[in-house]
Amino acid sequence: MTQFPIDKIRNDFPILNEKIRNKPLVYLDNAASSQKPNVVIDCISHVYRHDYANVHRGVHTLSVRSTDKFEGAREKIKDFINAESGKEIIFTKGTTESINLVAQSYGKANIKAGDEILISAMEHHSNIVPWQMLSEQTGAILKVAPINLRGELILDEFIKLIGDKTRLISIAHMSNALGTINPVKQIIAAAHDKNIPVLLDGAQAIPHMPVDVLDLDCDFYAFSGHKLYGPSGIGVLYGKQALLESMPPYQGGGDMIRKVTFEETEYNTLPYKFEAGTPSIADAIALGAAIDYLNEIGMGAVAVYEAELLDYATEQAKKIKGLRIIGEAAEKGAILSFVLDKIHPHDIGTMLDSLGIAVRAGHHCAMPVMDFFEVPATARASFAIYNTKQEIDVLMNGIESLIEVFG
Amino acid sequence: MFDDLRDLYQEVIFDHNRNPRNFRIIENADRKVDGFNPLCGDRLTLYLKMNGDVIEDASFQGSGCAISTASVSLMTEIVKGKTEAEAEALFKTFHEMTTGKDEQVNLEAVGKLAVLAGVREYPARVKCATLAWHTLDAALKNEKQAVSTE
Ligand SMILES: Cc1ncc(COP(=O)(O)O)c(C=O)c1O
Repeated sequence: MTQFPIDKIRNDFPILNEKIRNKPLVYLDNAASSQKPNVVIDCISHVYRHDYANVHRGVHTLSVRSTDKFEGAREKIKDFINAESGKEIIFTKGTTESINLVAQSYGKANIKAGDEILISAMEHHSNIVPWQMLSEQTGAILKVAPINLRGELILDEFIKLIGDKTRLISIAHMSNALGTINPVKQIIAAAHDKNIPVLLDGAQAIPHMPVDVLDLDCDFYAFSGHKLYGPSGIGVLYGKQALLESMPPYQGGGDMIRKVTFEETEYNTLPYKFEAGTPSIADAIALGAAIDYLNEIGMGAVAVYEAELLDYATEQAKKIKGLRIIGEAAEKGAILSFVLDKIHPHDIGTMLDSLGIAVRAGHHCAMPVMDFFEVPATARASFAIYNTKQEIDVLMNGIESLIEVFG
Repeated sequence: MFDDLRDLYQEVIFDHNRNPRNFRIIENADRKVDGFNPLCGDRLTLYLKMNGDVIEDASFQGSGCAISTASVSLMTEIVKGKTEAEAEALFKTFHEMTTGKDEQVNLEAVGKLAVLAGVREYPARVKCATLAWHTLDAALKNEKQAVSTE
């Protein structure tokens, strides 16, 4: 196998040269948002300097050029997740909006009082709250499948909760608080036996592994550009075409219509039906550039490299007395959540920051997960393609020193 | 190794974090208020025993980071024997000291609390230091519902 091109990759991310509190930056908050390579930064500036106009609106050259690039990005995304058609790729602001779109469009049209929506106990707030809102609006019931102390979904229990009243299942492909990768194929197969559609929250999975929506056979897949080395403000909802066709629009406005009179409106075809208003044009195009960049490295190679990083980090972390890893699933992505005996995660965060190390300290928008593990918060190191074992050593040294200081 | 942090994490703070003072329940408390910082999960319950308008005893329970634990521990020490008005005035000075709007804060007026002045350089941590005082403020105003920093 060829060597992972880590030196080249590190050179591609200019922010890695920043000094934080006079120390080289060690950026380990990738699960919150990842840094951007030059190709993405340059792409945004190129669009605004050379290619920018509104899309789908004008006959003038720039508008055509802008539209071509924007639709080109959609095609890149389609290929990246192996969707069947660009019509299945809807641009949104991010995962949160994608999930809300499904809840308010598919959900309101198909879910009634007494129906059940099934999620898991490890979801991000953005895969909880939209369903609570829908439940409030419709009288549906939100069911939550349990996890075990390793932070794994209890699959038997999950399957048991798929019942005659279940109308939709929405679950994280990979958990942001624990790193757990869920057995989504088994869940999807069980759900489809009962004709229940499944939405995968792919916010965390997409940067870490190859994702093939045809192979997964999921009905919806939601993710954000900013965790995938692309810009913030742009994200994707994939949906199977037949499902999307059957759904009412989410928001009304320009672009999503074909014909408007004051008496009635004819909606546009897919994917535009769900893209009301001027989209985040340059950001969508730059997300395409991020995907080109990742394709060059190969998502398979990314997964292998990051698995090595996680194994190394886990091994080193286990040597530290008083450190407890939160989330020890057998199937895990590159996230190390932990707590230290008698030292609050916020103190860990501030202490590590003074060494130039960026980790997340908090509840990671997953308060129910914190409650389950009976911790107020955790510290979380999450890894990306530009991180190295040396950086993990810096982290572990930092943790050992701060334990000493706290004594 | 953590030289940059010496202003924030002074020895007094480590000491109060390790051995919080007045960490107990006052069974016949006149005031009892919960404080919560949803951002980091810090939670505390503050108890006050009043004698007229004098704070006769103050104690707390709960868990938080070193800054918030030290802050509430120091606060329970310093407000004992103070009148409500004196405690409120102290809160005001403490707030000015930690939010750094006024460089001229009289550090003598806050006594031992001066060890927390360092948080003003760490905006992300100011709420850790002020949670205790917002909770006290609510207790003095006899507000029953929980206090949140958000
Ligand atoms: C698992 C998961 N779902 C959803 C989200 C929400 O993503 P965004 O804030 O980009 O909409 C996140 C981001 O933190 C996440 O980690």
